Amino acid sequence: MSERMDKPQTVERSARQTVIRSILVACGMFAFGFAMVPLYNVFCQVTGLNGKTDPDPYLYKAAEAKVDTSRNIKVQFVATKNSGMIWDFSPSTPQVTVHPGEPGLLTFVAKNPTDKRMIGQAIPSVTPFEATNYLHKVECFCFTTQTLEAGEEKVMPLRIIVDQDLPKHIKKLTLSYTLFDVTHMY
Amino acid sequence: MSTVTDSVEGTDVKAHEDHHGPAKGLMRWVLTTNHKDIGSMYLWFSFAMFLTGGAMAMIIRAELFQPGLQIVEPAFFNQMTTMHGLIMVFGAVMPAFVGLANWMIPMMIGAPDMAMPRMNNWSFWILPFAAVMLLSTLFMEGGGPNFGWTFYAPLSTDYGPPSTTFFIFSIHMLGISSIMGAINIIATILNLRAPGMTMMKMPLFVWTWLITAYLLIAVMPVLAGAVTMMLMDIHFGTSFFNAGGGGDPVLFQHIFWFFGHPEVYIMILPSFGIVSAIIPAFARKHLFGYTSMVYATASIAFLSFIVWAHHMFTVGIPLIGELFFMYATMLIAVPTGVKVFNWVTTMFRGSMTFEAPMLFSTAFVVLFTIGGFSGLMLSIAPADFQYHDTYFVVAHFHYVLVPGAIFAIFAATYYWLPKWTGHMYDETLAKVHFWMSFIGMNLTFFPMHFVGLAGMPRRIPDYALQFANFNEISSIGGFLFGTTQFLFLFIIIKCIRGGEKAPAKPWEGAEGLEWSVPSPAPYHTFTTPPDVK
Repeated sequence: MSERMDKPQTVERSARQTVIRSILVACGMFAFGFAMVPLYNVFCQVTGLNGKTDPDPYLYKAAEAKVDTSRNIKVQFVATKNSGMIWDFSPSTPQVTVHPGEPGLLTFVAKNPTDKRMIGQAIPSVTPFEATNYLHKVECFCFTTQTLEAGEEKVMPLRIIVDQDLPKHIKKLTLSYTLFDVTHMY
Repeated sequence: MSTVTDSVEGTDVKAHEDHHGPAKGLMRWVLTTNHKDIGSMYLWFSFAMFLTGGAMAMIIRAELFQPGLQIVEPAFFNQMTTMHGLIMVFGAVMPAFVGLANWMIPMMIGAPDMAMPRMNNWSFWILPFAAVMLLSTLFMEGGGPNFGWTFYAPLSTDYGPPSTTFFIFSIHMLGISSIMGAINIIATILNLRAPGMTMMKMPLFVWTWLITAYLLIAVMPVLAGAVTMMLMDIHFGTSFFNAGGGGDPVLFQHIFWFFGHPEVYIMILPSFGIVSAIIPAFARKHLFGYTSMVYATASIAFLSFIVWAHHMFTVGIPLIGELFFMYATMLIAVPTGVKVFNWVTTMFRGSMTFEAPMLFSTAFVVLFTIGGFSGLMLSIAPADFQYHDTYFVVAHFHYVLVPGAIFAIFAATYYWLPKWTGHMYDETLAKVHFWMSFIGMNLTFFPMHFVGLAGMPRRIPDYALQFANFNEISSIGGFLFGTTQFLFLFIIIKCIRGGEKAPAKPWEGAEGLEWSVPSPAPYHTFTTPPDVK
């Protein structure tokens, strides 16, 4: 490194190696930027951060489920629409009270008031974040997109179970749905 | 470090003059691979962008001079705040530092040029095209970017103007330019040092730039990834940041600030190197704690990667996350404090004189520390809920960027101008430039602390009546600071055209190899490497 003038070729070669190595680092970091997407999703799913619930149905086995009748958990429902979404969207009941392990059933109603066929997607989110992984959805309209013809109204079932392992200090959960207009994506 | 200047051997001044000089005509600048030519072009480009971004700041301050809407439409105001930030960050501050690196690093380490001279030419010439493309968006249908320099999704993806695609492409080009510049600097520093110039003998400007260059190649590609995802969301139907399609807008903020936080250190670490050269020169003492300066810089660079979510305290991250990012952020105060105390200790009992470079450097230490303190206040997660998106944040980052980055660039310019031009600059005018900048800058940004704490939100063209007086003061200070920069331009042109002849080492206490070559520095320096003992 220090014998620059004695061996100019060596310096040139080592400089080129430094450049190649740096370019590889830069390319690696570009890839890392994209790797942050799955990393973030996995991280959120494992920790329940952001209130992101499992996107797949929960397998409910009535035989194995132990109902913890000593506790009553209030589950509240919120239905919001993303800006630009003009469907009517609301839960049939603002809240249900269930025992952990016991399934709760309710419905959401969506209506497409326009004269066009539209596709909607509901995105769930749970607060407090700590409870995210303890609120299971056996059946949910959010697992798939919902297509409504012009003027169509649809009653969509939702079946939830609060896990028996829900931390003791949590007595109330909020399950929020935001409805997005995804017509342009299909 | 101490013996560098005295121990240079084998640098025959005459030998430099015998080499061919610069080519003639305009093509010299297009085709040049000379680090000094490219350095000068970077510096001129950056100054042009500084005035452009400054003009936008003047529009912002004019609109905010009084409450109510009087001069520009809110939509245009949004474009001004966005473009002001983008132009200043990517057009003014970063290229200015790359320009200084081009000029000074080869001369400081005894190298004949940068390691990859042709790549150097390329990385400069991408810049004007990227800048023109970015600025041209202002004249497109729907206007230029209006979503803030942080371009959060979905504001920039779903709700951005049609010109967003051009904005994305110009960010790509600016990023490629920065990455190439950084790679060149790394290759130069690691491979082209003169015999005897060990790593721990390198001037701090070289050290801080080496670390900055590593930060650049680590995070600029991440920014490129973020804008690429935006591009795909806008045009190719993906849903990286679209919640309706299974993506997450908060993810954008994570990716952006993973780039963005190291980026703010990219804009300040070279300044640390500059003042670490200037303060010892004008205190006529060696720098106190050279080794600790190197390690402090490296620590700051490392910590910059694990604090990004302190920009996102209010998005709803869990308590444990808030605590981690809060404490990690506060930890940065330790190495930064080491640096500030080292500078102060260097000054302590020195034979100080206050020529323009020293004035700017002293102001740097004081004002950057104020910006650091407001940064500490912002790092307190529970308090940040009040400060978030207010003028307090604007005051904070302008205190670290204007007297931090910009004052250091001014200081560096005055310090090395005799070496570049062969003439001494007009000291009286330079002092006027300093005092007008100092007063203007403080008048502009200090009141923003108060209006911010009182709840004035940023990026909004109107405000509540009780903020009127402070905003008027800010605007007057802004106009003072802005117009003063034409004086800076005048001083530089005057210095280039003539003035008192500068000796090889115009500053009594200056250290470093660059002072061993004549002023102005010959077109080719150190074709024979100096021997550093």
